[in-house]
Amino acid sequence: MVKKAIQIDEKDNVATTTEEVDTGEQVEVISPDGKVILRPKVTEPIPFGHKLAIKPIKNGDNIVKYGEVIGVSTQPIKAGAWVNTHNVGSARMPTKGKEEGIL
Amino acid sequence: MTQLMGYRRFDGSVGVRNHLLVLAPIDCSYEPAKKIAAQVDGAIAVTQYHGCGKDPVLVHNLVGTGLNPNVAAILVLGLGCETLTVDTVADGIRPSGKPVETLVIQQEGGTLKTQEKAVRILQRWAQEVAQLKPEPFPLSKLTLAVECGGSDATSGLAANPAVGVACDRLIDEGGTVIFSEPQEMIGTQHILARRAANNRVASDIYTMIDQDEERLKAIGVDSRWMSAGNIGGGLTTIEEKSLGAIRKGGTRPIQGVLQNNWDRFDRPDGPGLWLQDGTGWDVPSVTHMVAAGAQIVCFTSGQGSTTGHAIAPVIKITGNPVTYKQMEDNMDINAGTILDGSESLNSVGQRIYETIIDTANGKKTKAEALEYRDYIVFCRSRAAEHLLGHC
Repeated sequence: MVKKAIQIDEKDNVATTTEEVDTGEQVEVISPDGKVILRPKVTEPIPFGHKLAIKPIKNGDNIVKYGEVIGVSTQPIKAGAWVNTHNVGSARMPTKGKEEGIL
Repeated sequence: MTQLMGYRRFDGSVGVRNHLLVLAPIDCSYEPAKKIAAQVDGAIAVTQYHGCGKDPVLVHNLVGTGLNPNVAAILVLGLGCETLTVDTVADGIRPSGKPVETLVIQQEGGTLKTQEKAVRILQRWAQEVAQLKPEPFPLSKLTLAVECGGSDATSGLAANPAVGVACDRLIDEGGTVIFSEPQEMIGTQHILARRAANNRVASDIYTMIDQDEERLKAIGVDSRWMSAGNIGGGLTTIEEKSLGAIRKGGTRPIQGVLQNNWDRFDRPDGPGLWLQDGTGWDVPSVTHMVAAGAQIVCFTSGQGSTTGHAIAPVIKITGNPVTYKQMEDNMDINAGTILDGSESLNSVGQRIYETIIDTANGKKTKAEALEYRDYIVFCRSRAAEHLLGHC
């Protein structure tokens, strides 16, 4: 069976693998509705529960999971590439609403 | 429009169960309370383990348990010399119009005399409650609590997002959802605050989560630090880690922060999504949300859990198919079907929603059928909170 990666929110530009994927393997990326939205061939091993990009991501772009910004890319990331601390930094984590213009 | 069948209480709330509660305000009367409850159909005994004090957090939560619509009648059973008297608890519950009685062991002349009286009271209630007729009611009368415990890598990937889908639908149909565990929200203050219904709610969200960060900092824990295990497991940032937990509450606007402290104990005063200030410890967290009025609980667990609750059905959901197979006696729903692509996230969410409705209409959860009746009231150290400037 083809290995799967799950897009949790329609706004997400990453999906999460449901088992370990090896170099050269194809992955089916499944949307919240159950549609296959992408079939990338991965170019590096991606462990279970890790993320892969499902769109090309430019340096400095937001990484979106759960429909929210979870970090910012520190280099360009191709669709299908592994996403973790080697290419994503924590978005500056604001502690006060004023910094974010919320309060 | 989904309709439910439930039991209308005098105060307008609707119960999905008809429990008789034997409430011991102090652990000194809990052993006899359990013996009494064991003799009568539908009776359940609860207590608290914070000793002989009159802490308002204990009073709020014990009274809240009695006020929960799943409780039909309450017997408050005390020893006699306790600081938190039976009358304090009973007086808090009486405005609901439910039958409330009190008995005090030292006044009745020992446990056996008390027991005889208590069993007769409960026996009469059990007969009366059996005659209550369920009536149809709209989803606006239903409050769901969501909780997680024993999480693993599948929790943030499958079970929590699927429960979130069910929460969104419940809210869209007029229902109410409460979620808590502020410790698991660290790093998402700004994300949750942006979903706040207004500025005051946004400010309350910051305060609630910041205070939990301060509690951890006071014991030398940097709560924003990601462990090698977190990163090796695929979590890149603290925002991602916390979002995996808070997604179980869905995506709708946040109507307010329900305070649970020495000054205030809030209940939702309208439908929609609410946060409750509380603890990351799962059983007390559930107990507090049920004390705030939740009639049903959804509990996600990657590694598997046995938990139930004294007065609320607990539906347990795992995103891990191996756990479901190993713990099928305890876990109600397998959300692990998302992992192999055999079911979509949204369709598992609908299945959870339907299970919530079936449970409200009387279907017993696995924990209920096994009579697992967890109940713990948690109370922060008031001295520590004072030193931290929180009260």
